[in-house]
Amino acid sequence: MIEVRNLTKHYGSTVAVDDLSFDVRPGIVTGFLGPNGAGKTTTMRMIVGLDRPDRGTVTIDGRRYRDLDVPLQEVGALLDAKAFHGGRSAYNHLLCLAQSNGLRRSRVDEVLAIVGLESAAKRRAQTYSMGMGQRLGIAAALLGDPKILMFDEPVNGLDPEGIAWVRRLMRDLAAQGRTVFVSSHLMSEMALTAEHVVVIGRGRMIRDESISTFVNSSSRSSVRVRSPQADRLTEALRRAEARVETDNTGALVVSGIDAATIGEMAAGAGIVLHELAPQRASLEEAFMELTSDSVEFHAAGRVE
Amino acid sequence: MAAPTISPAPAPGTPGRRAYTYMDAVRSEWTKFRSVRSTYWTFLVAAVLGIGLAALICAISASHYHSDPEIRFGWNPTDRSIRSLELAQLAFAVLGVLVVTSEYSTGMIRTSLAAVPRRVRMMTAKLLVFGLAALVVGEIIAFASFLLGQALIHGQAPSASLHDHLVLRVVIGAGLYLTLIGIMGGAFAIILRHAAAGISVAVAMLFILPAVAFALPTSWSQPIEEYWPTNAGQEVTMMSHGAHHLAAWTGFGEMAGFVAVVLVIGLWLLERRDA
Repeated sequence: MIEVRNLTKHYGSTVAVDDLSFDVRPGIVTGFLGPNGAGKTTTMRMIVGLDRPDRGTVTIDGRRYRDLDVPLQEVGALLDAKAFHGGRSAYNHLLCLAQSNGLRRSRVDEVLAIVGLESAAKRRAQTYSMGMGQRLGIAAALLGDPKILMFDEPVNGLDPEGIAWVRRLMRDLAAQGRTVFVSSHLMSEMALTAEHVVVIGRGRMIRDESISTFVNSSSRSSVRVRSPQADRLTEALRRAEARVETDNTGALVVSGIDAATIGEMAAGAGIVLHELAPQRASLEEAFMELTSDSVEFHAAGRVE
Repeated sequence: MAAPTISPAPAPGTPGRRAYTYMDAVRSEWTKFRSVRSTYWTFLVAAVLGIGLAALICAISASHYHSDPEIRFGWNPTDRSIRSLELAQLAFAVLGVLVVTSEYSTGMIRTSLAAVPRRVRMMTAKLLVFGLAALVVGEIIAFASFLLGQALIHGQAPSASLHDHLVLRVVIGAGLYLTLIGIMGGAFAIILRHAAAGISVAVAMLFILPAVAFALPTSWSQPIEEYWPTNAGQEVTMMSHGAHHLAAWTGFGEMAGFVAVVLVIGLWLLERRDA
């Protein structure tokens, strides 16, 4: 479990992270969402002690990161895909990391096999493609067989097969009872892997909830309705205090009332329906709505 | 690509896991040090410059010994064979800088410090590994320069032997001095974090500022000549010490103290700064 409390970090006069508090719990994949520049990477860097918070604390199962007995067995982190010496082979890169924490040498071969880099293990890492570099970073994160895994934008630079593999890996890791914390600026990515989301914008907490609550609460779900008697139906719906708009195909987009009620109202009034289709807002839309709010808020704040 | 099969996570607080140690960090840094090519290239350059230049100086001066009275005057065969460290020291300083700054220029530092969040441990283990390697290579260069140089002098001019008074100290001292120069480069690099800046400071320390001092009035240049850290450190490689020069080990001790101060400042900054 990662516990973040009142975490705050400034770079000069810019606030990168502003009083963030949340927990990352074991056994599930927790998505860490926000537009670029929202403070996700800074928060992750503070979790593993690379950046010093100006205020607030981060603890790993109750202990500060730098006080851990064997850091790599507690937290495996992939923070950026290029954090290795290009002149060193993947094998030696992983070996020096394993040695630094007193891990057994055979673990290097195991993680190379897990990420599928065995055949390239002796090559200098600067000859790797971006996707291979990303896999090397994931191998390093898995080295200590850690209880907590933290990935910053892990699918960047991967091909479709690699992306599918990373998703499966994260779900498997969580299913084994580990804590998995993954950042992304792509909502669709999170929809496929995360059960819980922490959403931040401009360094501030926006949401910390399950993904289903997030979708339901942060977006309007609507119902698309087609009817030859659209005018009468619109009138009836507005009387029931639903919001009705017409989309560019001539269909009604109704919100504030569910599909079953619309169907019953139409039947009661003798209105013919050609289509009655509940529309679930995508995670992407929910996210856009949230973060545009945060941007607007800040823009307004500056003007005043 | 293999299916992601990973052994189940150990239960929290599983007994039998020992805390990582300083020796773990030393082993790790040794792997880092030996697994990049620049290590070998830089040491090779140092050896070629040091030993090759020593051989050249000795061969030329010995061949002129009988014809040139200036060379005969105050003839010091040991010094002739060891002065090439003036050039070899540059390679040691550069390698000391690169050992540290390559962590920053490649981004490796973030991986290193996430693995070993006790930063002083990681960095001192790095300098320990580098220092031991530099000591071995430095002594090899010093002894090879001396022995090859004396072999080239032998027969043409009076040559020296390791059994002669002070000679062993001077030769061992040359290796020690090169080692300390390397660590000084590393210490500055911890503060500066960029190779170009670190190498510039090392060159300024070694060559430029001591040279500039000669342009100053004697009341200034004399104390600089005497106490400037790299001047003081070189006393251990000298057979004799003129007026206004420190004794061999006093001078070396002063330079070691200077390097220690730079290192402590570097480590303090390392702990405080964002990586």
